[in-house]
Amino acid sequence: MSKKYDAGVKEYRDTYWTPDYIPLDSDLLACFKCTGQEGVPREEVAAAVAAESSTGTWSTVWSELLTDLEFYKGRCYRIEEVPGDKEAFYAFIAYPLDLFEEGSITNVLTSLVGNVFGFKALRHLRLEDIRFPLAFIKTCGGPPNGIQVERDRMNKYGRPLLGCTIKPKLGLSGKNYGRVVYECLRGGLDFTKDDENINSQPFQRWQNRFEFVAEAVKLAEQETGERKGHYLNCTANTPEEMYERAEFAKELNQPIIMHDYITGGFTANTGLSRWCRKNGMLLHIHRAMHAVIDRHPKHGIHFRVLAKCLRLSGGDQLHTGTVVGKLEGDRQTTLGYIDQLRESFVPEDRTRGNFFDQDWGSMPGVFAVASGGIHVWHMPALVAIFGDDSVLQFGGGTHGHPWGSAAGAAANRVALEACVKARNAGREIEKEGRDILMEAAKHSPELAIALETWKEIKFEFDTVDKLDV
Amino acid sequence: MPFKSTVGDYQTVATLETFGFLPPMTQDEIYDQIAYIVAQGWTPVVEHVHPSRSMSIYWSYWKLPFFGEKDLGVIVSELEGCHRAYPDHHVRLVGYDAYTQSQGSCFVVFEAR
Repeated sequence: MSKKYDAGVKEYRDTYWTPDYIPLDSDLLACFKCTGQEGVPREEVAAAVAAESSTGTWSTVWSELLTDLEFYKGRCYRIEEVPGDKEAFYAFIAYPLDLFEEGSITNVLTSLVGNVFGFKALRHLRLEDIRFPLAFIKTCGGPPNGIQVERDRMNKYGRPLLGCTIKPKLGLSGKNYGRVVYECLRGGLDFTKDDENINSQPFQRWQNRFEFVAEAVKLAEQETGERKGHYLNCTANTPEEMYERAEFAKELNQPIIMHDYITGGFTANTGLSRWCRKNGMLLHIHRAMHAVIDRHPKHGIHFRVLAKCLRLSGGDQLHTGTVVGKLEGDRQTTLGYIDQLRESFVPEDRTRGNFFDQDWGSMPGVFAVASGGIHVWHMPALVAIFGDDSVLQFGGGTHGHPWGSAAGAAANRVALEACVKARNAGREIEKEGRDILMEAAKHSPELAIALETWKEIKFEFDTVDKLDV
Repeated sequence: MPFKSTVGDYQTVATLETFGFLPPMTQDEIYDQIAYIVAQGWTPVVEHVHPSRSMSIYWSYWKLPFFGEKDLGVIVSELEGCHRAYPDHHVRLVGYDAYTQSQGSCFVVFEAR
């Protein structure tokens, strides 16, 4: 039946608030935490979010009658209280699959977290979770390799991987930088990492760094008999530069490169990830700028959404915080989005912050990377929290060892293996952590000194962003 | 800053991946690790290689993977049998996970003599 054009401003809820709607399996679902301006009814706020993030604009327009907007519109189908919060509420919105370009995370985010976040009727808005339909997931490239392939390539089994960021993060020449890489790797780490700030600065141009690092990796492999790698940061000012760096890493036979997916952008990340799949290269993903977006409890995007987006855009390892170290991160929430990175199906579980069932289909998993202010004393907790499919990265906890980085690396490796061995033998490693480490230190002077050096360091601040339960 | 005589020299060691930084396991400790593999539902696999080839992807199977084997004693005797037959080879035990097509566990039990 054809409709009549009726110019003017309609209330959003007349069109976009549809509490009777039953979402389709193919719909993309989103949960927003909304805080409206005073006096605006919840249904109107929720409907406005649905409208502004899909087909709507502030005024009725004649040209919408040229199509069937009922087919294309987003719909708010449920409103829920936020426990313990009188102002905010959750709005659940369903978007038809056809609103999004296949395989484009950029497109999904441009719609869902675009203009709507500046909308005046809202005081705050936070995208808490997205349920990606399997039909969309199958259009995304995902991790170029995934956990299983990475383990096979690196020959690392039955334990978390061990890494560290090269420090000082800025100011070393290429040759000095390669020296630190060599020290860490010969000491027993699996990986070292470019600091995210290292791109191609005047003190250390990227070709120079790549060459010395490649030499360090090669020597460490020859001397230890184990596989080693260094995340060569290919994040660059232009995509062309980024690919040039990636190509050079491949020429040097390096196993892994690195990208900063938020500052670099999703389009660059998806492109680089495809390149990695094609070229047999592992891809480590850093997340600089995430805390700007995800830390405020009422505004922005929750990291679980950014983590899901990365798994779809592509990466083999992603930083997730440490729970126990110097950076923000609540344990249950972290476990919730680690599941999103690694599992093939994640059920709805509000105690972990997961608002939807999420079916990942055949998409490979991503290693969770714990990095930032952690040291040997944290090892039992880290192994218990993160499990085997993780990379544990100790920066200060490696280079800060009184004997230097190689001894620091060895201390971490001994501690890690002692914890894994104890866990396998059925011991409760978090409870018995102290005993396990002290026992291991008896045959490792490096570990004994590390335990002495860091015995007083704790990071006990309350998290800013907690689950609303 | 004067050089501190307390600084030790870290010597690089050649290791064989997981548990390479721990001292050799006792018989009981090896049993614990095998029990873990069996409890996870993984398939025990015994593999061996000459030290000159220890970095290669494929080590030789000892017989075939022990599909469905849950008896710790049997697995220990197969490890020992492999070690007797190839005393100059490294012998490792793998816990093969058919669901992930990966190794849930993998460590060297006997180093080459």
